[in-house]
Amino acid sequence: MTDKPLKQVRLGAHFPGVNNTTVWSDPASGSHIDFSSFVHLARTAEAAKFDFFFLAEGLRLREKKGLIHDLDVVGRPDTLPVLAALAAVTENLGLIGTINATFNEPFEVARQFASLDHLSDGRAGWNVVTSSDAFTGENFRRGGFLDYADRYSRAGEFLDVARLLWDSWRDDDIVADAATGKFVRRPDVGTFDHRGRHFDIDGQFTVAHSPQGQPILLQAGDSPEGRDFGAAYADAIFTLARPVEASQEYYRDMKTRVESFGRSADELLILPGATFALGETPEEAEHNAAVIRRQQVSGQTAIQFLELTWKRDLSTYDPDGPLPDVEPDTESESLVKGQARQAVDPVAQVKQWRELAEAKHLSIRDLVIEVSARQTFIGTPSSVAEQINDRVQADAADGFILVPHITPSGLDDFAANVVPELQDRGVFRTEYSGGTLRENLGLPESTTRRAAPATV
Amino acid sequence: MTGYLHTALALDGVGWHPAAWRRDADNARRLHHADYWLSLAQLAERGHLDLLTIDDTLALQSESYGTPVPRTDRVRGRIDAVLLASRIAPLTSHIGLVPTVVTTHTEPFHVAKAIATLDFVSSGRAGVRLKVGVSRHEARLVGRREPPEVTLDRLDDPDVKKAVVDAFNEAADAAEVLHRLWDSWEDDAEIRDVPTGRFVDRDKLHYIDFSGEWFSVKGPLTVPRPPQGQPIISVLGHGADPYRLGALGSDIVYVTPRDAEHALGIVDEIRWIEESVHRIAPRTRVLGDVLVVLGDTEHEARTRLAELDELAGEPLRSDALVFAGTADQLADLVGGWSTAGLDGIRFRPATNAEDLPRLVQDVVPELQRRGLQREGYAGTTLRENLGLARPSSRYAVKEAS
Repeated sequence: MTDKPLKQVRLGAHFPGVNNTTVWSDPASGSHIDFSSFVHLARTAEAAKFDFFFLAEGLRLREKKGLIHDLDVVGRPDTLPVLAALAAVTENLGLIGTINATFNEPFEVARQFASLDHLSDGRAGWNVVTSSDAFTGENFRRGGFLDYADRYSRAGEFLDVARLLWDSWRDDDIVADAATGKFVRRPDVGTFDHRGRHFDIDGQFTVAHSPQGQPILLQAGDSPEGRDFGAAYADAIFTLARPVEASQEYYRDMKTRVESFGRSADELLILPGATFALGETPEEAEHNAAVIRRQQVSGQTAIQFLELTWKRDLSTYDPDGPLPDVEPDTESESLVKGQARQAVDPVAQVKQWRELAEAKHLSIRDLVIEVSARQTFIGTPSSVAEQINDRVQADAADGFILVPHITPSGLDDFAANVVPELQDRGVFRTEYSGGTLRENLGLPESTTRRAAPATV
Repeated sequence: MTGYLHTALALDGVGWHPAAWRRDADNARRLHHADYWLSLAQLAERGHLDLLTIDDTLALQSESYGTPVPRTDRVRGRIDAVLLASRIAPLTSHIGLVPTVVTTHTEPFHVAKAIATLDFVSSGRAGVRLKVGVSRHEARLVGRREPPEVTLDRLDDPDVKKAVVDAFNEAADAAEVLHRLWDSWEDDAEIRDVPTGRFVDRDKLHYIDFSGEWFSVKGPLTVPRPPQGQPIISVLGHGADPYRLGALGSDIVYVTPRDAEHALGIVDEIRWIEESVHRIAPRTRVLGDVLVVLGDTEHEARTRLAELDELAGEPLRSDALVFAGTADQLADLVGGWSTAGLDGIRFRPATNAEDLPRLVQDVVPELQRRGLQREGYAGTTLRENLGLARPSSRYAVKEAS
């Protein structure tokens, strides 16, 4: 190593979500809904001194082939009430939630996050996502009102307005001086006025300036437009785990973009999502990883996975048998709704899979396990700590948002065994140093109203 | 009927008297802090009150209906009531938690999942008070509508009348959507059937396909059926429009009788409306609101009120009856309202600092001595507190029949 000081690792705990990463069939799998599960994961994360707890969101149940998808976990409680309730049973843990900027209004969302920041004494964070699909819109007043191309334009203006509102009260506006009878310092507290392309609003904001001033903002877009949006607005990027070199390239790209918006590179943290499998020996870890992947890919899940590419009903095929002999349907629309899916050439994809299956004698289920992602980190606690630390010191990431595969106990082993290894290396806190999430993440105090990006 | 009354506590700021904060400035500075509200909830729970409500609007507090009043001597600013209720839920155990939600500018789908989640984090103690927001300045905060200017002296203007009626009709649609969404998962929809690989039985998840004048909602809810099945819906009403909303879509109506005779008339009117809309759910619980100023003697209570009025610079005005007197006298009033047919009382303490402890320490024991209030909680859910059974999902019933 050079004499460059060691970077501190940032860690988030992602409550298991509603895709097949989450294993519900294991006897250890508990409720995804009961509050006690959220308490367990949050307290585990806090005892291990994690930076924050993270909740995802979905605004419509996913569908495949026109039917509600039933093979993965279905249903979850509402993001913000869960985080507010967790504020009651934790003291230092950051509480970050995903809220869609498309199917909400800025006044209401700004009010909710400012409230959460008060209720948690400065631990609130918002993962901003956008969508524009009419499918989700069917649950909301305006339906699918937003053009795909306008997602970031609206989201950017949404954040501009939210920031305007968060800054509309000054820290000292509430005086509550019984002797003089003055409750607020000025009659026009919270006054705002915004005229824009997407929002035309004015009035008085209701929530006093919150402990962090501005809640932490996370963002996850990956297109060039999404990257600029994140670089302009976000405090941290929740991105995909990539191989080390690709991660470094992404990291460099984002830090360059941040600076192009007049911010300093250390004002933006890069936090990939990461899965893991642990064992007392490397062999045991590999074995556990394989067991988990088999649990994640049931026979039915494997068939559905192939159907996304074949665009045909393959339900009559045996998941333990060979790959389907029919050719993919290249004409049909996507069978999936409510979930992002990347477009690939189905014919080429199928050809490649057939060759792989033949070479390795793989059944449908074996193939899907083979081609779906391996855990990001596999190994002994010491080895996983080393892998995490190496990536952080090599500027492939600033830390990770860990996604356990079991609710609610999936982080227990990591917290008990990997975290002490990181602490021994001097790269992870042993006590919380700050009072707010912003302080714990080592981010500069919120400078109000950063310059908006020119491109979005 | 057991003869017991339902008792509720209405919370707004540090109390309902506009000068309450002058006697409680330390807490007034803590109105954005969870601990203050938690201490109130825990005190109310010691008095075995069935529920507490938390007032809220999207707009900043104002002394005038139509426009914001720019003054500095009244409490200003507050946090979101649903999140506040969620924050105190894990640290309380029996009291129902009923935050206020504005239906006019919010998404019914978001409201349904928030209240369902409040029901999960409180283990079955969630309710909601639905409120309309018809003022123009409130609409400007959200910016999607341009309603007519609504002030109390323009209530006969046809445009204003229509705006008010529309807002209540929209609230009734919102209540219908909440009910359907909370039923959209049958109780046993989660099956975790390993042989077939299915986590849910999708036949037990239902599209609600609501389509109305103000919104359409497809469903199902993204949150499974909450512990109470249906969390409690409540409304505050001063006349036929909100009474009709109550009869159509709520479990509780808070009303503001001037006296026992007026209470009798209100209850009659609500029962008549319930019949006219062919209500099939158990009849609404009608709770009378009273703003209370308590003292060891009537003289002391009246002196307290006079002092608060003096601090406020004007006599207290309220939509609810203002009561100043002793715990005994308040129990007399409550007994009279009970005889007139009210199902319960919602107390609005003039000052939380003084009147809430007196309610719990003096009024509750007196009501219990008179057989008007239970000695303890009837159960652990709000529905149980209210004597309401847990309903089956309407969609499950439909299939069974």
